[in-house]
Amino acid sequence: MTYTQVSVISRDASARARWSTRVRRLITYLLLTGTSICFLIPFAWLVISSLKPNDQIFVFPPTWWPNPVEWNNYAQALTSQPFGRYALNSLFIALVNVVGNLVSNSFVAYGFARFRFPGRRVLFMLLLATMMVPSQVLLVPQFILFHDLGWINTFLPLTVPSFFGSAFYVFLLRQFFMTIPVELEEAARIDGAGPLRIFFSVVLPLIRPALTAVAIFSFQGAWNDFLTPLIYLSDPSKFTLQLGLAQFQGSFHTDWNLIMAASVVVMLPMAIIFFVAQKYFVQGITMTGTKG
Amino acid sequence: MKRSSLAVREWLTGYLFISPWLIGFIVFTLGPLVGSLYLSFTNYNLLQPPQFIGAQNYFQMVRDPDFWQALSVTFYYAIFAIPLDLAVALALAILLNQRVRYMPLFRTIFYLPAILPPVATSVLWNWILNPDYGILNAFLHALGLPQPQWLVTPQWTVPAYIVMSVWGVGTWMVIFLAGLQDVPQSLYEAAAIDGASVWRSFWNITLPMISPVLLFNLVQGVIGTFGYFTQAYIMGNGVGGSNAGVDNAGLFYALYLYIQGFAELHMGYASALAWVLFFIVLILTLLIFKGSALWVYYGGERD
Repeated sequence: MTYTQVSVISRDASARARWSTRVRRLITYLLLTGTSICFLIPFAWLVISSLKPNDQIFVFPPTWWPNPVEWNNYAQALTSQPFGRYALNSLFIALVNVVGNLVSNSFVAYGFARFRFPGRRVLFMLLLATMMVPSQVLLVPQFILFHDLGWINTFLPLTVPSFFGSAFYVFLLRQFFMTIPVELEEAARIDGAGPLRIFFSVVLPLIRPALTAVAIFSFQGAWNDFLTPLIYLSDPSKFTLQLGLAQFQGSFHTDWNLIMAASVVVMLPMAIIFFVAQKYFVQGITMTGTKG
Repeated sequence: MKRSSLAVREWLTGYLFISPWLIGFIVFTLGPLVGSLYLSFTNYNLLQPPQFIGAQNYFQMVRDPDFWQALSVTFYYAIFAIPLDLAVALALAILLNQRVRYMPLFRTIFYLPAILPPVATSVLWNWILNPDYGILNAFLHALGLPQPQWLVTPQWTVPAYIVMSVWGVGTWMVIFLAGLQDVPQSLYEAAAIDGASVWRSFWNITLPMISPVLLFNLVQGVIGTFGYFTQAYIMGNGVGGSNAGVDNAGLFYALYLYIQGFAELHMGYASALAWVLFFIVLILTLLIFKGSALWVYYGGERD
């Protein structure tokens, strides 16, 4: 579209257009603000409830401001169960998953992106197909497998599988590898570098943003996971934060102020990571969602 | 000779690189898949060796009212929650795509609930939905609207999950937003010159251009619904005392599979349930992909 064409539109029409743009922007902001408030109210309710004294929890209609502000709820909630232990367990499991996923998926993705070998297309289709298999389908037989290996009530079923790659991350990293010009690797090969050396010193540094996304997603996945620890961990000293919180709700079922205090604590680490690394969350999700 | 040995070396290196996944696929996916097919024809409680009983588990399923309840709860949720959430996610993404100021701030607010631990958000929603003291009914009360007994009476159990699901649309919204940002602005400009209304540009430009993203989210939604577990487990426990809400009104399929397999140790029956689940998801996905030829538009080249 050129400027001469635009000038054909009469001044009257352009004034009307400007007016309607302004109205549209106003409506957009009103809708966005309104929806934002609706999305934020649950958080406000969470924090406010966590600071209420017992006698202000069961009031209808609810009061907004806790009076007095009961910070002690947090101390009471956190000392009633070994939440520190749970947090350490969750952190350990999540970090091992990060390492496992980074190592395995970058290898596998590079293999699919760069090497020609018989069956590559079929295997890659197979890999993508595994994304369609709901994990619940594999639950029982995997449990039996880990049971026979003697891994029940250990962290092994929650960590070891991450060292064998997962379709989602392989796909994401492969997309990034494909964007790297082959010439870089060819130059390194001419200089006499082997495939491993090229992989580590030429290719990996170039896809650092994608690796960060994988690290964050695997941390989130392991940290938020509930079903796997629920099935495999029975000894309370091995519980993760999510198991601990679920059990906490079970045993304090009407002390909503304490339950909310514990929930705040369980949400906080993920929320902080999200605020710090939102860019990578958005990038990673975008890569898998729109380039598929 | 030299050439072919080079090719073989490339093959070997390639296989070596993908070997972690290949091994994992065989050990953790293919093996268990085949194993569970066999188990679905057995009676197995983990303590005694599996006992072959033919197709009895599948016959039992047809007569099992809880199985039908699990299917109907899951479909009920899917039919309402998936379209509703897709619509809300798309609407939010379109609003965010209007080149608004503070876009990152709004995006953060809408995305945050989706990345938090589902156990914690479910516990929170148990309290939000509390019929007597929760904030949702307090608002409905203030507006003079009726206050449903969320999660307490069977007819208000699945709707409670549907209401909650809207709060978690952030991931879909981000994916839609990325799709919208890829739509060439020139298309809208051309439409505006032709005098097309906002509504028309939405139907004739936006929707076709983002239909592949819509398809992706739809398929993910179907798979996710049949794997819907944590919320069902936490909130089914929260009220009424039973594991799946009052009168099993919150008996989602994945929850029923868990109860059969890991609470009752009916591992043979649970395997049969798993295979039926796999089959249903497969059929639905295929139907969606087949149907998508009618409404998904792939612009330009596609590799």
